[in-house]
Amino acid sequence: MMFDPGSSVRVKNDWPETRGPAHIRTPHYVRGMQGTVVRWLGAFPNPEDLAFARPAATRALYHVRFDQPAIWQEGRAGDELVVEIFEHWLEPA
Amino acid sequence: MTIVETDGEKLLTALRSVLAAKGIASPAEIAERIASTDSANPGQGARMVAKAWTDPAYRARMLEDGTKAAEELGIPMRGMPPLGVLEDSADVHNLIVCTLCSCYPRAVLGYPPFWYKSAGYRARAVRDPRGLLAEEWGTVLPDHVRLRVVDSTADYRWMVLPLRPAGTEGWDEQRLASIVREGDMIGVTIPRV
Amino acid sequence: MDKDTPRAHHDLGGAAKFMCEAVDTTPHGLTDFDKQVDAIRQILGAKQIMTVDELRRGIESIPEAEYHRLSYYRRWIRSITGILLQKGVITEAELRAALEAG
Repeated sequence: MMFDPGSSVRVKNDWPETRGPAHIRTPHYVRGMQGTVVRWLGAFPNPEDLAFARPAATRALYHVRFDQPAIWQEGRAGDELVVEIFEHWLEPA
Repeated sequence: MTIVETDGEKLLTALRSVLAAKGIASPAEIAERIASTDSANPGQGARMVAKAWTDPAYRARMLEDGTKAAEELGIPMRGMPPLGVLEDSADVHNLIVCTLCSCYPRAVLGYPPFWYKSAGYRARAVRDPRGLLAEEWGTVLPDHVRLRVVDSTADYRWMVLPLRPAGTEGWDEQRLASIVREGDMIGVTIPRV
Repeated sequence: MDKDTPRAHHDLGGAAKFMCEAVDTTPHGLTDFDKQVDAIRQILGAKQIMTVDELRRGIESIPEAEYHRLSYYRRWIRSITGILLQKGVITEAELRAALEAG
């Protein structure tokens, strides 16, 4: 587990879908965005590989909180989005 | 037209036949699975909520481990995805969505509702949740309440532990459970008497 | 205003074209068709023949217009059939024969 609760993280601004068939569970709207780790949720096999019946490495999963107005440039201050994101999509911010 | 573009009803009939012939899924297995899936319903989640409202120790256990808390009430959870419970408070209201597909806490609420799976819900819940709740459900949150939208993108399934409404003092668990609706445990509505 | 990104068409969070879409909040019971498709998916998962991830990948590969035109469980049956064919769990010949037998 790489990120403690409260850590500031950035979601990679990566688009594997543009490089070939892919199954990605990181929603478009958080890619490249900065958030805060709420907690570690456990470790699970990588769905990106399960989707193609490939051997799937177990990856740490985190609940990450994002400020809603920062994502959309609209919305109410204080509102937040919380998304389950796999460790390999996160970098320290 | 490729074979997978065949009308869905025809595909189902043909697939049933092929899967039965191969011993993969017999009509009896399918019927049995339908029956057991049908037994999951929002009343189960409502029982958990009612117990959490009356028993602080259960509430703590439910927030710590939703799967174990469901099993405590006899809800079958073996083989089910982990269940996470999000607690509403005086300051925070939770709303669940799956923008990528339709992930839903089926083990405790049953099949996801039509609206939960719709493009409109999936698009609007993360970007205009207050507008969505007000326009489609008449749910208006007080100004001081923050809205937390939880997008179910991976292995967990989420349900909301809503606030117990005023006017329910002294009610037993059964009576409390009777006012908890499916939408209350997703966050589109708020329980009321 | 959509963010300027190569968003996959199923990745609907905040998608501009659906921000004004009304939501039908009335109850819709599941049909026999729906329940059978759902049950088959569960059985295939329990027997480790097809995962929910493969189901999703199959659904996501449905072209955009069709994705939105098809009902929820029609997307599922199309995906399930496609994945089982791709994996060789069933063959196209077997499926055609069953379709013809009706």
